[in-house]
Amino acid sequence: MAITPEEVRRVANLARIAFTDQELEPFAAQLSAILDYVRQLDDLDLGGVEPTAHVHDAVNAFREDEVRPSPGQDAMLANAPDREDGCFRVQKVIET
Amino acid sequence: MIPDLLDRTARQLRELLDRGEVTSEELVRAYLDRIAAVDPGVNAFITVAGDLALEMARTADARIRRGEAAPLTGIPLGLKDLLVTRGLRTTCGSRMLAEFVPPYDGTVVARLRDAGAVLLGKLNMDEFAMGSSNETSAFGPVRNPWDPDRVPGGSSGGSAAAVAAREVVAALGSDTGGSIRQPAALCGVVGLKPTYGRVSRYGLVAFASSLDQIGPLTRDVADAALLLTAISGKDPLDATSLDRPVPDYAARLRADPRGLRVGVPREYFVDGLDPEVEAAVRGAIGLLEDNGAEVVEVSLPHTEYAVATYYLIAPAEASSNLARYDGVKYGLRVAGRDLADTYRKTRAQGFGAEVKRRIMLGTYALSAGYYDAYYLRAQRVRTLIARDFRAAFERVDVLACPATPTPAFRLGEKAGDPLQMYLNDIFTIPANLAGLPAVSVPCGLTSGGLPIGLQFMAAPFGEQTLLDAAHAYERVRGEPVAYPDPASTA
Repeated sequence: MAITPEEVRRVANLARIAFTDQELEPFAAQLSAILDYVRQLDDLDLGGVEPTAHVHDAVNAFREDEVRPSPGQDAMLANAPDREDGCFRVQKVIET
Repeated sequence: MIPDLLDRTARQLRELLDRGEVTSEELVRAYLDRIAAVDPGVNAFITVAGDLALEMARTADARIRRGEAAPLTGIPLGLKDLLVTRGLRTTCGSRMLAEFVPPYDGTVVARLRDAGAVLLGKLNMDEFAMGSSNETSAFGPVRNPWDPDRVPGGSSGGSAAAVAAREVVAALGSDTGGSIRQPAALCGVVGLKPTYGRVSRYGLVAFASSLDQIGPLTRDVADAALLLTAISGKDPLDATSLDRPVPDYAARLRADPRGLRVGVPREYFVDGLDPEVEAAVRGAIGLLEDNGAEVVEVSLPHTEYAVATYYLIAPAEASSNLARYDGVKYGLRVAGRDLADTYRKTRAQGFGAEVKRRIMLGTYALSAGYYDAYYLRAQRVRTLIARDFRAAFERVDVLACPATPTPAFRLGEKAGDPLQMYLNDIFTIPANLAGLPAVSVPCGLTSGGLPIGLQFMAAPFGEQTLLDAAHAYERVRGEPVAYPDPASTA
């Protein structure tokens, strides 16, 4: 199944990755080849087969809700590309 | 200096350290010298933590003198650079995290620190563990210590190469579709992927959360058993880790193949399997049989669908896991005209081509209208693959097969064709899909002098049986015929 450059552009927008037009073309061809390969799964009759949700059928893992120490604000902000007053700083999202 | 010090296993070094015949500091200096001599050629390390290692070694020596040594106290190890280490840069082989210094230790790292192990540094890898050749690393490819023109495998290529080149005693890697076993096979070392849920993944940078598992790469099976005991067990910080007893795997190892039921899956001996690899693996299985193992042919009929299943599930999970790299909380930021544009530019420049390819594939497979046809279908096929294994393990204790279809290929040979690269994982992927423990053990060299890996797989939480089989094979095989000798620049 051929994926068009337009479809790749749509997915790139969902994935929030910028591509140049020159990059899109080979990506479309590669994605098409991979999707052609995975189409072999269509050969199987999967009627009545449950999808695997967890490989060992584990169920919810509960623990007590206890206060525990954490690395703290400074440590957690230390890798921030931009910070101000104990917050991550980003560009304005809502236009006024 | 003690002769062949760099060839010793962790258990042999334990005796030397406890008897005071060598100190951890001497050992670490010997390894740092070795790294300085060969790593410019091998490129197994992204970060060498020399000062930290010497400090940890001196602390370990004091602990040994007090008679309080644990099995790994003072032993120099390396960590794949996706295990977060407090205060020590953790890059994931990516430009995105090139400057990232984690504020905490992953659980396996904390356990190794508590055991007194020494961390020599962080090891090279395919970017975000996506690759089978280590060529997708933003820090340059690793070269196979057996032949510098060939790949070490991936994604834990730095871990495998560092063990093979005697730059570390042992290393930890991670395995999502073969990323421990495939490079172990290509570099001639032992690589163990534990059962899904055996080892905590808290502090493992996530790739595909239903498949990822941390495990050791070592000189021999008993060292793998030793490290497995050190890192296993339930962790309240990882809800997917399971509460099962953690035996002293190394102490309980059996070396006798008599009575062991070994299944040989016929679907793993197919077109495309290198004749020398097939001959070596069949020879190894024959050797077990000659020594008393019971060998039977079994069938895992859905094997041919495993790669397609994996390349839907893993990219889908990756596309979700890697959404966190947005240039806000940590990592690279490339400023755009607004926040959405900043996301796009950050991810365009921070990620390499293979990571983008998988995010795109996963995003496509999960997008509106395609979920049922791709992701959900793959999860159903996964159920069939797991059922094949359950049926097989009603008849046999372990399965034995090749770890990879070919020995190490040349740098650049498959880099331009993603699908050819993916097919290299054909024999390792099924164990991840079914959550099984599996190990690759060296079983000889090709006529061109490249290592070949024999893979064993066992039922979930069957690590002891798995390691017993691998250890029994190792004993009947004898010592490896040769060690690699990467060019020294010193």
